[in-house]
Amino acid sequence: MPKVSMTVNGKRVSADVEGRTLLVQFLREHQRLTGTHVGCDTSQCGACVVHVDGKAIKACTNLALSCEGANVTTIEGLANGTELHPMQAAFRTHHGLQCGFCTPGMIMAAIDMVNRLGYDLSEETIRHELEGNICRCTGYHNIVKAIQAGAAAMGGLKVAAE
Amino acid sequence: MAGTGIGARVMRKEDFRFITGKGNYTDDINRPGQAHAYFLRSPHAHAKIRKIDTAKAAAMPGVVAIFTGADIEADKVGGLICGWMIHSKDGTPMKAGAHPALAVGKVRYVGDHVAVVIAETLAEARDAAEAILVDYEPLKPVVDLASATKKGSPVIHDAAPDNQVYDWHLGDEAAVKAAFKKAKHVTKIDLVNNRLIPNAMEPRAAIGDYNSGEEAFTLYTTSQNPHVARLVLSAFIGIAPEHKLRVIAPDVGGGFGSKIFIYAEETICVWAAKKVGRPVKWVADRTEEFLAIAHGRDHLTHAEMAIDENGRILGLHVKTRANLGAYLSTFASSVPTYLYVPLLSGQYNIPAIYGEVEAVYTNTAPVDAYRGAGRPEATFVIERLMEVAARELGMDPAAFRKKNFIKSFPHQTPVIMCYDTGDYNASLAKAMEIHDVKGFARRKRESAKAGKLRGLGYSAYIEACGIAPSAAVGSLGAGVGLWESAEVRVNPVGTVEVLTGSHSHGQGHETTFAQLVAGRLGIPIENVAIVHGDTDKVQMGMGTYGSRSGAVGMSAIVKALDKVEAKAKKVASFVLEAAEADIDFKDGKFSVKGTDKSIDFASVALQAYVAHKFTGEQLEPGLKEGAFYDPTNFTFPSGVHIAEVEIDPDTGVTTIAKWTAVDDFGVIINPMIVEGQVHGGIAQGIGQALLEGAVYDANGQLLTASYMDYAMPRADDLPSFRVDHTTTPCLSNPLGIKGCGEAGAIAAPAAVMNAITDALGHENIAMPATPQAVWQAAQAGLARAAE
Repeated sequence: MPKVSMTVNGKRVSADVEGRTLLVQFLREHQRLTGTHVGCDTSQCGACVVHVDGKAIKACTNLALSCEGANVTTIEGLANGTELHPMQAAFRTHHGLQCGFCTPGMIMAAIDMVNRLGYDLSEETIRHELEGNICRCTGYHNIVKAIQAGAAAMGGLKVAAE
Repeated sequence: MAGTGIGARVMRKEDFRFITGKGNYTDDINRPGQAHAYFLRSPHAHAKIRKIDTAKAAAMPGVVAIFTGADIEADKVGGLICGWMIHSKDGTPMKAGAHPALAVGKVRYVGDHVAVVIAETLAEARDAAEAILVDYEPLKPVVDLASATKKGSPVIHDAAPDNQVYDWHLGDEAAVKAAFKKAKHVTKIDLVNNRLIPNAMEPRAAIGDYNSGEEAFTLYTTSQNPHVARLVLSAFIGIAPEHKLRVIAPDVGGGFGSKIFIYAEETICVWAAKKVGRPVKWVADRTEEFLAIAHGRDHLTHAEMAIDENGRILGLHVKTRANLGAYLSTFASSVPTYLYVPLLSGQYNIPAIYGEVEAVYTNTAPVDAYRGAGRPEATFVIERLMEVAARELGMDPAAFRKKNFIKSFPHQTPVIMCYDTGDYNASLAKAMEIHDVKGFARRKRESAKAGKLRGLGYSAYIEACGIAPSAAVGSLGAGVGLWESAEVRVNPVGTVEVLTGSHSHGQGHETTFAQLVAGRLGIPIENVAIVHGDTDKVQMGMGTYGSRSGAVGMSAIVKALDKVEAKAKKVASFVLEAAEADIDFKDGKFSVKGTDKSIDFASVALQAYVAHKFTGEQLEPGLKEGAFYDPTNFTFPSGVHIAEVEIDPDTGVTTIAKWTAVDDFGVIINPMIVEGQVHGGIAQGIGQALLEGAVYDANGQLLTASYMDYAMPRADDLPSFRVDHTTTPCLSNPLGIKGCGEAGAIAAPAAVMNAITDALGHENIAMPATPQAVWQAAQAGLARAAE
């Protein structure tokens, strides 16, 4: 079996994997990072979204081997202890989750949205950009509000840091 | 305490683990030494199994065992059951075909379970399943609902030679006939309630584990009601007696009804764990979910309403054919009967109602409860009828509704239900004001200028929640009682654990239940933990569905809290050296009337356990009380939703331009959570109206078996919703709660279709109103207008 190495949430990890091992399997089964979920097998639902080298990708349709040497961030890598990432905090404040299953993918997709499009996101932009993430519980109403607030909070932090 | 008690928008206690990736869903659990199960499923809708050859597959790498229906039979594993008996008009019991967990002799739908492969890894199990040789003799399938019982149709179950499960009725046929004779106007409609696939985001999963030393099983499963699962697996399927079977439903990623039922897969996992001497894990992929989870709705209905010369409803006659799929799922029989016809009175005073329901088998996945279960189907019938009738009579649809609203309570309908309370005018008036219905004509003109068709539709729904008084449902055929249990355990330091038979799979019980307890006992909400979903911790419970957790589950907690308070007062009376009758309890403090002597709740808890201030003869030590609560009536949430749509006749695209919901849920524990429930329900209802529909081809192949083929509502299909409330507290439970879980899904389909037909100017369109269907309907309407 080939060996694969990458950095996950700041930690160097490696494992021997079957060639067909998906990134999501590598994260869930080899690294025991079960926050990244599998909701479908056709790249549609987005429950498996993680960041690879700073970009959101669907971990259910990427081979672990294709991430050799990459820098991977999962939902477990966002908070600093009990100090939440502003996007995580916004999902909680705005009740942007119910069963919680789609939530890690939503949060990872939302942060990527901010990274690409900035801190001032319109409702229309957010709804359009959520094309690749399905939620069955919330009707998206509060997810949209959470992302808008989370984006603004990320902007506020950036301003404060400058 | 004001900040966290009943009515406060408390942020959810459970969220931290979900937003940090620390949830504990069934697929996140792994047992030492576990093997993986993969189910070989039928590729045919209907076929005889001549032979299954597993020899080659069994020799493949990593294979631990392969089981088929023959092994199930040899071990005398009982079949899956349907727990609600329905009798036909002629008094005969429903015709329930056998439902083995692995097919015996015959497969009856695409996705039916033929064999299970257990292997070291899932990939190896999958590979081996492909090597199993099954010799099928394909039979003609029954797919079309309308013609399923036609003479000469293939027979799906020998027990039901004409494919009819039952032919049931409710109501007074003679009274309805008489009402139609007197009618000045009769409105008739034919409706399709499209078949839906629930699609909770977490696919179903199960791990069976067997401890040979204890001869005891554990099942980890994605269940909305782990105790019912244990009961069925024990008493009917015969896996193990209840004290040797523990069922754990940890974090569950949505249910919407589909995780109520006891399925083949978890049955096989727990049974096979003993056979192979290792834990057995199964996780559905999304296509398996589409193929084999219980689907929802799927009705064909003809309905007629009799109306007098003053625009008052005289009677209602509804005839429905319901598709129950290839086997009777756990509660399938109750959905198109007692959860449907008793709701047909809606919010209206209808003196005579007669409902007839013929349920049939087809070679499709089993159909059972999906969010609302029967009640959305009823609301769709009555609310489409109201709108069409108003249009035919030339009346304003709101005025027609108002004229027929029930105005005094209690109100006994002609179909079982007795509504305790409500104010239907209040929700209609508030919804119309918030929605600015007055401004609709102007908005319609503006749309017309842009070449768009604009329409407005109402849905004044009712539902029966707080399921349900045990004796009442028992008399209607239910195999179980529908009470709920609670146990309140006060620890010596004054923290509290509440064990509940309700199960949260997104509803936020860890927060709302804690709000009740913290408010009542006057302790910080952080000091309250809610325990659920484990049959070894919670003794017995009936689970969560039918918006019963607030009305029934929390009522049980109230009963247990009453007992805790009574006991704590006794303890306080010894500590404070006062008569028990002189002890007051308020804001977390026990005090002696007319004095400044008091003691806080935590100190009383400690005194209850150290037991130094009273003797064993005077008082039992400890502070722990349990209660069972059996409701005395259903609860009747109601409300008005107004949908406003804009249609582009050139593309057929329907945009939800505006949505207003005004619901009466009685007393609300946490408005933030309730609004979230409403949003999600509306989204599912809009999904049914505009996007979703399970499609089988003539051979019984499911064409919509992935997210690329089944249109789930996505963020840009939906608007933001305006959600508000009116309140008439429920009279039949101690908290005045009615329930909110299904409201949106019940109200929305009729509101959307009433708006679309208003925009189109004719009624000739069915759900889902996809762009293609709307385009065709719009073009037909335009052509008619041009003639």
